[in-house]
Amino acid sequence: MNFWSFVVENRGEIAQLTLEHLWIVGISTLLAVLVGIPVGILITRKPALHNPVIVIANIIQTIPSLALFGFLLPAPWIGERAGRLAILALTLYALLPMIRNTYAGIKGVDHAVVEAARGMGLTGWQLLYKVELPLAGSVILAGVRVAVVISVGLATIAAAIGAGGLGELIFRGLAMVNNSVILAGAVPAALMALTADFVLGWLEKRLSPPRAA
Amino acid sequence: MARQADPVIEFRDVSYRLPNGREILHALDLETRSGEILVLLGRSGSGKTTALKLVNRLLETSAGNLLIEARVARQWDTIKLRRHIGYAIQEVGLFPHYTIARNIGLVPSIERWSASRIHVRVQELLKLVGLNPDIGSRYPHELSGGQRQRVGVARALAADPPILLMDEPFGALDPLTRSDLQREFLSLQKQLGKTVLFVTHDLHEALLLGTKIALLEEGRLVSIGSPQEFLNSADPLVQKYVHAFSGAEQARGGK
Repeated sequence: MNFWSFVVENRGEIAQLTLEHLWIVGISTLLAVLVGIPVGILITRKPALHNPVIVIANIIQTIPSLALFGFLLPAPWIGERAGRLAILALTLYALLPMIRNTYAGIKGVDHAVVEAARGMGLTGWQLLYKVELPLAGSVILAGVRVAVVISVGLATIAAAIGAGGLGELIFRGLAMVNNSVILAGAVPAALMALTADFVLGWLEKRLSPPRAA
Repeated sequence: MARQADPVIEFRDVSYRLPNGREILHALDLETRSGEILVLLGRSGSGKTTALKLVNRLLETSAGNLLIEARVARQWDTIKLRRHIGYAIQEVGLFPHYTIARNIGLVPSIERWSASRIHVRVQELLKLVGLNPDIGSRYPHELSGGQRQRVGVARALAADPPILLMDEPFGALDPLTRSDLQREFLSLQKQLGKTVLFVTHDLHEALLLGTKIALLEEGRLVSIGSPQEFLNSADPLVQKYVHAFSGAEQARGGK
């Protein structure tokens, strides 16, 4: 059976698995944004926290994904459902780029701009949401972009613990030694990563503050 | 005889030390009265910028008393104090993501002025600093260095603060533009009568703008006096400065 006829015959299942994949990636990215950006902001305000936080996020990043899924399996509530487990693992992986880019983006704002803002009497919050976040926006979004692309790839592995998604087809194809089945999982995943990369890249460019040449 | 104006900014034995204990300012004692331009003159590392930042509390005094309008700086609410003081720096620090009008109108807007009042104020300020009001819709990167610096001064004046702190505001400009801005600033000051603390390393600028000049060296006050007193001073350090800027004597001649 060749690739195209397999895709056409199984389009329903492939669509279903693509949606599962999108769900896992989408929710985990959202959680990583909700946790990672505030943590990134926090470590710009409390320099003593910077190193410990980055070290922990780095360590998480170095754990092989299959091992991380295994570690999380005994966790209460989380471990009961493969989907939850996959989302948590992907969230943890996405944290490092989120935290690091938020920190780098804010620290990268021209110090003269920050000094002028403080000297004018902006409060800490006003400085953050009127000056620092808008100017760091494109760098922070670059972090989201990296996180999403990594997550799309990693989410295929989540199928190994039964979380569903396009990895299901890849693992099935591997077991059947059938390239068409593998490709039916790999190609949509690759397209998803490329699309996310393109769209977020475009947004990133639009968010970049105007600058002198 | 008119009573002499009350001091607006008073340094009383003010010292500033870094967290590592290094002393940047040592027992600084000076004051400036309403409507004066007090120039803090000195070379790099003399502590003049530090002294300026103590006033709007970007840095905190380590010892001694710093009084602003007869109130100890530490007793002021930091935010209120800063909105009471205009601040213009050499790098200007315009917000690159805001139009010129929004840059100038930021403090009025967070002080909840009405949109129409902000608009009128921005137009007025742009004219005041010699810019075409049409420039308001542009972004900082579309402006020349001289225009940006004028916007920086307009922004510092936005909420009409009685005190202005200026840290080498004209230092990065070419000599002709600088000289234009200095002259315009003098005539502006004649209209506005702000109390100004002005930092520079340029004696020419100090003589031109200052009603009083304070020379700082290694965190200490060397001399303070009118430009004339400064030129006639017998202090060897002052003389060194005056000689280094030979020809500066004429600076005030054209006034």
